[in-house]
Amino acid sequence: MSHDHHDAAHEGAHGSLRDYLVGFTLAVILTAIPFWLVMERPLPANWTAALVIIFAAVQVVVHMIYFLHMKAGAEDGWTMTSLVFTVIVVVITIAGSAWVMYHMNTNMMPMMHGAT
Amino acid sequence: MQTPTTNPGFWDLDEHAHPEGHSTMLGFWIYLMSDCLIFAILFATYAVLGANYAAGPAPKDLFELELVAVNTAMLLFSSVTYGFAMLEMQKGRKAGTLVWLAATAVFGAAFLGIELYEFHHLIENGAGPQRSAFLSSFFTLVGTHGLHVTFGMIWLVTLMIQVGTKGLIPANRRRLMCLSLFWHFLDVIWIGVFTFVYLLGMLR
Repeated sequence: MSHDHHDAAHEGAHGSLRDYLVGFTLAVILTAIPFWLVMERPLPANWTAALVIIFAAVQVVVHMIYFLHMKAGAEDGWTMTSLVFTVIVVVITIAGSAWVMYHMNTNMMPMMHGAT
Repeated sequence: MQTPTTNPGFWDLDEHAHPEGHSTMLGFWIYLMSDCLIFAILFATYAVLGANYAAGPAPKDLFELELVAVNTAMLLFSSVTYGFAMLEMQKGRKAGTLVWLAATAVFGAAFLGIELYEFHHLIENGAGPQRSAFLSSFFTLVGTHGLHVTFGMIWLVTLMIQVGTKGLIPANRRRLMCLSLFWHFLDVIWIGVFTFVYLLGMLR
């Protein structure tokens, strides 16, 4: 068991210097590119938006691996289980709200223009 | 009904050993996941209300990306310095841990200072939370993150005093591990904030 090889206090996953430096370098790159894309606007707006979201998603994963030291087997898998549950609820909350409200706005549009 | 010698059911009659703090890390992780849900609700609110300007200023008129970039850098630096503090802690070096924790506090304070400057600037220019639904949801989301960083700072200073007086005892190591998760978690939330609020806001 992974619990036993350490001293009395149960400690979570450990990082190494290499982890933090790799994570930091990747985070800087994954932050600098989207800021540059939005500031300099070398691409059309919808391409820029898509790329910015992709870079954010990748950076979240980078932070989880290199800073939060997430591993599938930590705490007998309960850490990962609660994370997966949370991600599902987060996606339903945000995507669901945006989807429902977008359609409501679209359907209300003629009314809003017609009303005085 | 109970027979003390044999175990009649699938439940345990004998008390397990519960060493102090053995479930703290998992418990704290589950707290962070619930905190994540709070931010999910605030992000959803911003996604719905973020374009309702009430004929007021839009993100393009308000946000300075240079300032946001500096802020992002401050939080990222503080994440890495906290990581270095944890490396020193694993080697059992009290002084090194305290130095890197102090560096984390400096970067954290810089982040909060810049954010407060931004909020003050917005409110002074009539773009306070009461101006439009966009600004209400903006201040709630970014303000809640800032409040988390503020409490993280209080916790950080408290732990620096604890480590300073009691040393790197197991209880303090456990607390430092929890704050480590909390601090890195706030940096992850900030990725969402600068992406969805600032960068995508400037594209609208």
